[in-house]
Parts: sequence; C-alpha cells; structure tokens
Amino acid sequence: MGTIKKTAFYECHKKYGAKIVEFAGFEMPVQYEGIIAEHMAVRNSVGVFDVSHMGEFIVKGKDALAFVQKVTTNDASKLVKGKIQYSAACYEDGGIVDDLLVYNFGEHFMIVVNASNIEKDFAWFEKNKFGDVELINKSDDYSLLAVQGKNALNTLQKLTDVNLSEIKYYTFTEGKIAGIDAIISRTGYTGEKIGFEIYVTSDVEPSVKLWDAIFEAGKEFDIKPIGLGARDTLRLEAGYCLYGNDIDNTTNTIEAGLSWITKPAKGDFNGKPKVMSEIENGSKRKLVGFIVDGRLVARHGYEIYNNGDKIGFVTSGNTSPILGKNIGLGYVEKQFAGLGNTIKIKIRNDFVDSQIVNIPFVAKD
Amino acid sequence: MNIPENLKYTNDHEWVKVDGNIGTIGVTDFAQGELGDVIYVDINASDDVSKGDSCGTIEAVKTVSDVFTPVSGKIIEVNTKINDNPAIVNKDPYGEGWMLKIELSNPDELNELLSYENYKELVGA
Repeated sequence: MGTIKKTAFYECHKKYGAKIVEFAGFEMPVQYEGIIAEHMAVRNSVGVFDVSHMGEFIVKGKDALAFVQKVTTNDASKLVKGKIQYSAACYEDGGIVDDLLVYNFGEHFMIVVNASNIEKDFAWFEKNKFGDVELINKSDDYSLLAVQGKNALNTLQKLTDVNLSEIKYYTFTEGKIAGIDAIISRTGYTGEKIGFEIYVTSDVEPSVKLWDAIFEAGKEFDIKPIGLGARDTLRLEAGYCLYGNDIDNTTNTIEAGLSWITKPAKGDFNGKPKVMSEIENGSKRKLVGFIVDGRLVARHGYEIYNNGDKIGFVTSGNTSPILGKNIGLGYVEKQFAGLGNTIKIKIRNDFVDSQIVNIPFVAKD
Repeated sequence: MNIPENLKYTNDHEWVKVDGNIGTIGVTDFAQGELGDVIYVDINASDDVSKGDSCGTIEAVKTVSDVFTPVSGKIIEVNTKINDNPAIVNKDPYGEGWMLKIELSNPDELNELLSYENYKELVGA
C-alpha cells in the first residue's frame, strides 16, 4: 500500500467535525454528529455522502459491449444510452470479483466499482480484455457526492437548469450543477426513492464549491453530511449487499439473491457454468434477512444454528434505527432459509432466536 | 474531552466513583466518543466479579465492547435507565450514563487505578 489518499472534500469533513478513519486506502469520514442522527437525517430529509473513493473505469472501443457482456453478469445489451445497470463481475468459478454499476454513455461505458477493489478489478478486467477494447482507470479523476433523501431533488434543483424530476431511477444525464460540469445520476446506496450521485472533476476548488453550494441549498431542509457508519446502516435497512461482507470471491450471485442481475440467456460470461449449475440444481445456501429477538446485535462472522447444528453465518448485522430492531443478513443452508423460519444466532454465550424476513427491511416510501 | 478530577480510571477507559464501600462504574467520555452511538448495555446484577473481569457488554452501532470492572465485589445495581434511553451514555457518561454499582470486596484495589492525571496522560488530553 502506498500513502493514504485524501478526497477533494477532506478539509470539508474536518470543518464539519468528522471523525476520520482509514477506509480502502482513503482518509474518510466515519461519522460527524453520530451514526443514528445521520441515518435519520437521510430517512427524514436529506444527507450528503462523500463517496469519491469509489472507482471509475472507462471502457471504449468497437468491442466494448462484448467486453462488458463477458465480464459482468447482467445483460448490457439491454442498457441503452443514458441508462445505468447494477451488475456483478465474477471469476471463472462463479466467485464474485465485485458488484458494480455500468453506465452507457453511447460512445463508451463507465464501470463504477468499490473503492477497496479498484486495483484488483482493473487487473482482472485487463486480463479479460480482447479485440478492440480500451480500459482507462479514471478513479482519481472524479469527485463523487451522493445526495440522498426525500429533499435531495429539492436541494439540487436550486443549483441546476437540468430538470431533475425527468431523470428516472437508474438513469443519468450530463449537465452543470453549481456551474460545474457533472454527471448527474439517479442512483444511491441508501434505499431512498429520491437520491442522486454527482460526479465532477476531482480538482479541489470546484469540488469544494459544489459541496458548499449543496449545503447552502439544503439549509432549509436541515441537510447534513453523512459518514460511512450511517452509509452502512442505511444500506443494510435497504437490504443491499456490501462487498467483503455479504458477497466476495467465495459466494456466487444466485445464492446471494442477485439472480435478478444474472442473465445467462445473454450468452457467455465469466462464471456462467457455476451460475447455471446453481440455477439448475438449486443453491445449497441462501443469503437471508433476519430480525433478532432482543437487543443484542448479530455481527459479521457470528455463527447461525438450528438444533445445535451450525447452519450458516452472519455477513452483516446492525441496529435498524427505523425499525428499532436489530437486523442482519447471513447465509443459511437452503432447508432452513424459508421466510418466517426461526434460526439461532450465537452472540457470545447466547443462542438468540431470530426470524427470517423479507428484504428490504425498510421499504421505499 | 471531559475528565472529572474526582474519579479513578482504568486503562480500558472505565471510571469508578467511590462512596463508602460502594463503587459506581461507567465508561469515560473518551470511551463513549470512540464507541459512537450506544444502543444497549448488557450487565447482570447480583454477579460476583473480580477486578478486570468482563461484567457485561456495550452494544454500539459500530462495535461491541466489554465493560471490565475496575474493582472486585458484588454487582448490587445496574442502571436500567440506559436501556430505555441508551443515548445517555453518550450524552452524560459520568452522570446519568453510569452503568453499575459494586459493593467493594477489596477496597485496596482502588490504589492500583489511574488518577485523573494518569488518565489524562493516557488519552493524550
């Protein structure tokens, strides 16, 4: 590892009282006011996340679409210009390299990957290149702010002539926000119905200008900066997988509940044989959502039991500030994975009853 | 950071306030800041504990942490108000956010704890 990187917003974080931690090689804000207060700000009004640490790759060339089809599980031929697709990259054995977003810009694609996987993903994609494909790692060139919550549109609309209400979920457009050239993307990792992710140059001056403009515009909505802590509790309530917790190179997309982004009918892609066998034979285990009885928190790595037999493990667990209950995700052997089934989670010396429930835990309103 | 001068401290960031043979125990302002939002405290009353034992756990959003007792004795009271409103541990760690009371079985142990000055040095305040 080289030196720890700072995003263009580092001084903004300090100014807003962030507690800074190292995450994926970056100095990132884990919290400002407190995780629960920040969580509720996003659910009740609007919050701003610095997610500039995410990676962005450009895919160009005549064979760009064929390449994206080979390295991802979703069907990119369905992805028209201006649309975005949630997808995954797999190894040959079906293990997940990363989950990602694919943007179709018409003349090229942009793939957005997890910060901790940038180098690994880029090397994997390079290795899988064929024909007329050019891959460019633009991760250091973008600042990225996520503005999420029911007042996200009201906040950002003050700063742009682009009609934001015309940008549908999982589509994007290019335009100016606060006078800065931006990719305006109707996406997010919070489960909020209204949320945008805004990509601008990583130069500090325009980035900070954008940050300040957003906070000024959002003042009337009590807009707040949100750290990685609340990013995690928000995505968990939404039932979204986190790479490294719920999915990794030992899990496949079918058992992880990501069959909706896995399209074997499109043709060949990395990991397809494993995907086909999972679909035809059924997965041995499934990623399920659960609510824990009582107030102990089931955390990543805790074991799951049935009648004294180990039947799985917790991959993510935390409190749900909205439900006032403790929730989590975990892999459970298929025969125990039915909705409403009770499992026991080993929390230190206790085996705590937990109910398998539908994901998302908190529905979009 | 708030560090009251009249308390004794541990390397694990607990404090103890002694009144007769009763020690009131909680976690320090530094500790609550590191833990972040506390959501539950799990301590069993009536347990006999020895200095340094884990006598319960603190569930915070970010992490779970043991409460190590600074003194030996019997747990005679647990602050049940915390679990109605866990935020008091963050807001008032030396007051409303106290966690348990112990009847001391070996008051000499108090001499082994950190003074205000020592603790201040430990956390670099």
